[in-house]
Amino acid sequence: MKKITINGQAADTTSETIAALIRELGIAPAGVAVAVNEEIVPRTEHGNRILNEGDVVEIIKPIGGG
Amino acid sequence: MNKLIIAGKEFGSRLLLGTGKFSSHEVMRDAIKSSGSEIVTVALRRVDLAAPENDILSFIDRSKYLLLPNTSGSRNAKEAVMQARLSREAGLGNWVKLEVVPEPNYLLPDPVETLEAAKILVKEGFVVLPYINADPILAKKLEDAGTATVMPLGSPIGSNRGLKTRDSIRIIIEQSNVPVVVDAGLGAPSHAAESMELGADAVLVNTAIATAADPAQMAAAFRQGVEAGRRAFLAGCAPKKEKAEASSPLTGFIR
Repeated sequence: MKKITINGQAADTTSETIAALIRELGIAPAGVAVAVNEEIVPRTEHGNRILNEGDVVEIIKPIGGG
Repeated sequence: MNKLIIAGKEFGSRLLLGTGKFSSHEVMRDAIKSSGSEIVTVALRRVDLAAPENDILSFIDRSKYLLLPNTSGSRNAKEAVMQARLSREAGLGNWVKLEVVPEPNYLLPDPVETLEAAKILVKEGFVVLPYINADPILAKKLEDAGTATVMPLGSPIGSNRGLKTRDSIRIIIEQSNVPVVVDAGLGAPSHAAESMELGADAVLVNTAIATAADPAQMAAAFRQGVEAGRRAFLAGCAPKKEKAEASSPLTGFIR
């Protein structure tokens, strides 16, 4: 179990990678982008990027807007 | 009704639609359809972890509509550039409505930060459509920096007050070599028609449609307003005069 921050909230996760975390959180993957510690993680790297204790993860996606 | 061309891409509709403030994704989908729009904006936000399955993209057919992600929420160039990069990484394409808004009361865009962000994003290969105040000099500088359009506001976002910046927008239209899209503040189809009569290439509407009692009906009304204004512009509006000028002949009166 690792302590990380997801979208500003403290969280515990057992997920090894970004891709696993997205699945764990039940997020529909279309249109999702992820930054870890203020650096964008390319989509192709979601399966490889290992989550570390203390990582600050931002997961964003499109919503309605003008 | 010749086509709108932005960054070499042709569009049959001159109405761009924002997707904010709709009461549901279904209502939004119906309004998009009846608007005839081919370009729809979206915003990027943190995923709501309480509703992670919420997915606007499943209500927008991307084979029919070009997505225009905005950088709303950005307060400076750095944040706007980060958002644009995130949206490209999210698979939303390389078009971006650049929006840098430092204060919450009037939501007026920051010209200095917008120009700085535009320069960076153009270099990175984005198709940049900047939201600006109706400033002809800034519009020219953005065009020179390589933006695909300029998008001057008619009045503050969501205010529904119409084309309050008319005189400045007329100058922007006169001087611009890129499409001029009047964005923000258009509250009624007549405002859209007025913008198009003036020679704007397109308009972007969100609040007036999304918050109407019947959004799909209002979307259709805006579509007609835009088309009417465009036709009038192409036809050439008759000049204004100080005094009356009879429409009927002034000879051969029956006395």
